[in-house]
Amino acid sequence: MQTPAPVEYARATSVGDAIALLEKHGDEARLLAGGHSLLPMMKLRLARPEILIDLNDLDELRGIRIEGDEIVVGAMVTHAEILDSPVLAEHYSIFREAEKVIADPIVRNKGTIGGSMCQADPSEDLSAVGSALKGSVIIQGSGGKRSLALREFHEGPYETKVGDAEILTEVRFPIRPGAGSAYEKVERRVGDWPVASAGAFVVVAGGVVKDCGIGLTAVGAEHFCAPDAEAFLIGKAPTEENLSAAAKLAADACTPYADQRGPVDYKLHLAHELTLRVLRRAVASSQGA
Amino acid sequence: MEVTITINGTPVTSDVEPRTLLVHFVRENAGLRGTHWGCDTSNCGTCVLWVDGSPVKSCTMLAAQADGHEVTTVEGLEQGGVLDPIQQGFIECHGLQCGFCTPGMMMTGRWLLDNNPNPSEVEIRDCISGQICRCTGYKNIVASIQWAAEHPLTSEVTA
Repeated sequence: MQTPAPVEYARATSVGDAIALLEKHGDEARLLAGGHSLLPMMKLRLARPEILIDLNDLDELRGIRIEGDEIVVGAMVTHAEILDSPVLAEHYSIFREAEKVIADPIVRNKGTIGGSMCQADPSEDLSAVGSALKGSVIIQGSGGKRSLALREFHEGPYETKVGDAEILTEVRFPIRPGAGSAYEKVERRVGDWPVASAGAFVVVAGGVVKDCGIGLTAVGAEHFCAPDAEAFLIGKAPTEENLSAAAKLAADACTPYADQRGPVDYKLHLAHELTLRVLRRAVASSQGA
Repeated sequence: MEVTITINGTPVTSDVEPRTLLVHFVRENAGLRGTHWGCDTSNCGTCVLWVDGSPVKSCTMLAAQADGHEVTTVEGLEQGGVLDPIQQGFIECHGLQCGFCTPGMMMTGRWLLDNNPNPSEVEIRDCISGQICRCTGYKNIVASIQWAAEHPLTSEVTA
């Protein structure tokens, strides 16, 4: 029987209340969003907070909306809501494609985007999506709000720039007219963590790549992205040769570990092949748009 | 801490530790053993029940989180002595062998049909993809959910 160690429980009534509770309890407190990473880690004693601060009553952290030229996703928006969102689907098919292969429909009812980002699992699919789209996060503390690019958000595995008394409140994605996007994942079984995943957006105009973003997860890509491959593609025609060269640059920047999901050379092969596939489809989608 | 959860329409109040998992509250405090407790790691899905109408794996949720909320368990499917079509479907199509995964499968199946009354086989298999039948009786589970889709309750029965 797996049960968390004794812990206190408090329900935050507002973001301000949650921050006040965090300040009161220091680094022994943990925010409880969907709980589908935190509670299993507590059962295994990999996490042992003294108090959980439940964010599930905070409607101010829910909802997906357009604000100017950005899509704003509240931190407590669930995977299921992202999968079903017409707003996200209209601008970026990468969200639906990634969410369909994240966990299973029941887990997706609970897991949240804010929790996924802050868990900072090195195999998290949404982190690759966020990095591919060059999104940003809003982090709030008692001193106010700050914005941070997702490509600067992760300190390393399971570590982010969110401070002890801060909350990630929003994830923001720039809208790019004419962008095509795609996501591909190889997993051992349905709902598992990826062996490797890649996502990309591409904007093609006048026969050349005007803008692009490439995200990778589970393969040791720093900040879940491939900036050298992106820089290579910008201004070039989206030919098979150029896409393949970019995919190779993306794979070359990866440093995967060998584990039960596969050896290093296999994961590097997947990083290359999946990047090429998402680039092809993102280009086709952008050209068709 | 005192927790009150309305389970199948009846409020249940208990004094529990904050670390108490919802699956244990339902089974031990409310005495409803229909919800099974399986892998403890949100992989197997036999503990699926609904919180406010949405299925969750109750081994990965605290009872405290459900305080003040509505829970529906497999015992809540039958209404006025009439089995829900999803339950009847599992009888008609031999949808269970050992029966351990069955409550979770039925709660997910009912939820699927409530949102998608005529799902394809692919949609059914996708919907139960987070649940494990170690008898590997998936074919009959899918057939049971299809049977339920083809035999919705008539309004006279539900009235």
